[in-house]
Amino acid sequence: MTDIAAPNAEGLRRDAAAERFSLFALCLPAVLLVLVTMVAPVAWLFYLSFLDDAGATTLEHYRRMVEQPSYFRTFRTTFEVSVLTTAICVAFGYPLAYFMAQLPRRAANICMIAVMLPFWTSLLVRTYAWLVLLQRRGLINTWGMELGLWDQPIALVHNLTGTLIGMVHIMLPFLVLPVYGSMRAIDRDYLRAAANLGASPTQAFWRVFLPLSVPGLLAGATMVFILCLGFYVTPAVLGGGKVSMVANRIATDIEMFFNWGAASALGVVLFAVTLLLLWGASKLVRLDKFLGGGA
Amino acid sequence: MKTSAKPKTTFAALLGGAAMLLAANGASAQTLTVVSFGGSYQEGQSKALFQPAAKALGITVREETYTSIADLRLKVRANAVTWDVVASGSGSAARAGAEGILEKLDYKIIDTKDFLPNFAGDYCVGGDVFSTVLAWNTKTYGNNGPQSWADFWDVKKFPGKRSYRKGVAGALEPALMADGVPADKVYEVLSAPGGIDRAIKKIKELKPHIAVWWTSGAQHAQLMKDGEVDMITGWNGRFDVIAKDGAQVAYTFNQGLLDYDCFAIPKGAPNRDLAMKFLAEISKPQYQAEFTKYITYGPTNKKAYELGTIDAAYARRLPSHPDNAARQLTINLDWYIKNEAAAAQAYENMLTE
Repeated sequence: MTDIAAPNAEGLRRDAAAERFSLFALCLPAVLLVLVTMVAPVAWLFYLSFLDDAGATTLEHYRRMVEQPSYFRTFRTTFEVSVLTTAICVAFGYPLAYFMAQLPRRAANICMIAVMLPFWTSLLVRTYAWLVLLQRRGLINTWGMELGLWDQPIALVHNLTGTLIGMVHIMLPFLVLPVYGSMRAIDRDYLRAAANLGASPTQAFWRVFLPLSVPGLLAGATMVFILCLGFYVTPAVLGGGKVSMVANRIATDIEMFFNWGAASALGVVLFAVTLLLLWGASKLVRLDKFLGGGA
Repeated sequence: MKTSAKPKTTFAALLGGAAMLLAANGASAQTLTVVSFGGSYQEGQSKALFQPAAKALGITVREETYTSIADLRLKVRANAVTWDVVASGSGSAARAGAEGILEKLDYKIIDTKDFLPNFAGDYCVGGDVFSTVLAWNTKTYGNNGPQSWADFWDVKKFPGKRSYRKGVAGALEPALMADGVPADKVYEVLSAPGGIDRAIKKIKELKPHIAVWWTSGAQHAQLMKDGEVDMITGWNGRFDVIAKDGAQVAYTFNQGLLDYDCFAIPKGAPNRDLAMKFLAEISKPQYQAEFTKYITYGPTNKKAYELGTIDAAYARRLPSHPDNAARQLTINLDWYIKNEAAAAQAYENMLTE
C-alpha cells in the first residue's frame, strides 16, 4: 500500500506547494502595498530621527526629549487623555451596546443609525460645534445661567474637560460597534442555561455574558485608545493650548524649527511606547481566557 | 500666517487672469511665479502689487498659494524650485535665510532707502507692516480699557480672562515690558543671561488667568468676537476685520510689537534676476499705498504715506504710521535667529508645567 501511496503523497505535497506559491503570488500586491505604504515610511521615519540638520548622525533629538521636561509631559498628557477617553467610552459605550443588543433587530438598527450619524459629519465640524456649545457665551452656559442652574459661566472648554467631551463624542462609535457585534453573537441559550442552573440574572450577566463580550470590548477599547494617541484637531481646538498632545507637538516642531528629525523622533517614541503598551495589553487579554471567554 | 478662506476660487480667478495676460502679451513675455498665503490677503496683494507690477515690467505673473516655508524647504532640498518670489512672515524668512534656502537680495536693485529702519533683511524685503497689539473687549472694560502690558498683567485693576500666544514669537517682549523693562531695552535684557527666564517667570505669574493659548490669527479673532476672553494679544488687522463685523473689540498700538511680512527669492529660483527687478518694483511707495486699501497693514516704505493716496484718517490707523510706530517696539529678527529655538523650548516647558 505504501508503494502506491508514496507517489500520491509526493504529488499532494507538490500540489500543496504550488497552491501555497500561487496564494503567495496573489497576496504579493497587497504585501508590496503594505511594505511601500506602511513599513518603508516607518523605517524612513526611524532613519530621519537620527539625523541632524546637516544630515550627520546624531542622538540630539532623543537627548532633547530627555532633557526638556515638556516632552515627557506631552507624552504623559497624551496617554492620560487617551486612557481617560477610552475609560469614558467604555463607561458609556458598553451599557449602550448592551441596551441595543437587548432590543429587537429593527429597533436596534434604528439605534445603530443614531450612533453612526455623527460619522457622516466631518470631525472638524463636530469639534467646532462643541466649541460653539461649550464656550463661555455658548449655548450650554447661556441656558444654564438663564435657568438659574449656575450664575457664573462654567469652564467647559479650552481645557481637559472640553477635550474629553469632544474626543468621547468622536470615539464612541468605534467602541460601540465591535462591542455590539460581539454581544449579538452571544448565544442566548447560554444565559438560559445559566438561569436553568440557578443563576440570578445578575450572576448570569457577570459570569456568562460579560466574559463572552470581553473580546469585543477589548477590540473596541484598543481601537479607541490607539486612535486617541494620534489625535490632533480636537485637542488643538478644544484644549485651549493647555492640552498638548504628541501630534500637536510634532506639528509645532516641524513648523517652528523646520525640523523633520525632531518630529520623527517624537513619532518613533510614540510608536515604540504604543507597541509596548499593546504588547502589555495582549498579555492582559489572556484574562478573558481566565474568565472563560475568548469565543 | 494670514491664510484664510477660498484660496481655491482666488487661485482659479488668478489663473484665469494670468492666462489672459499671457494672451495679451504674447508668448515672448517672461513668466514669474509668485507664491503667497491665499485668501483675502493674497487677493489684495494680487490686485495692488503683483498684477500692476507685472504690467509695468511687461511680464506675466503666475500666482500660487502655499501654507508655510516648510513647503519651500522641501522644494529646495529636492532641487525642484518652481517659485521665483515667496511671500513670508519676517521670522520664518529670517530662519530660512539663515538655513540657506533663500537667495541674498541685491539692494543695489531694490531701493529701500525710504524704508522704516530694520524692515528689509538680507534675504527678505518688507512688504507690509502689522503689529502684535493688546486688544480688549469694550463691553467688559468700557472706555477705560488696558493701555499697557502692565495693565494686561494687572488682574486686580482689570479682572477678566486673558488669552496669550501659544508660540514664543512675540510672547516674551510684552512680559518684560510688563515687568518694567523699557521698550528699547527689551532685546538687551532678553539677550543677557537669565533674560528669557525672567520673561517666562512673568508669564507664569499670569498663567492662571490665561484661559486660552491661541495659535492662529483666525483663532484670536474668533475668541474676541465670541467674547470668550476679555483681553488678548493679536495682530491688529484681524481685530479691525471683526470690529467691522460688529465685534466689541478695541486695541492700542501702545507698546505693540511691529513686525512685517516680506518677499524673498528661493535659492535656485528659475528667474532670479527678474524676480529681483520684480521685488524692486513692488517695493515702490505707490504699490504699497495701494495695498493698504485691502487690509489695515501699513507700508514699509515711508514714502507711501507722503503720496497722498492714503486717506489721512485711515493712515493713522495703520501700524507703521509714524505716530503709531513711535509708540511701538520693532521685532528684532537677529535675536530670533539666535535664540528662538532655545526660547521655544523654555516656553513649551512653561506651557506644559
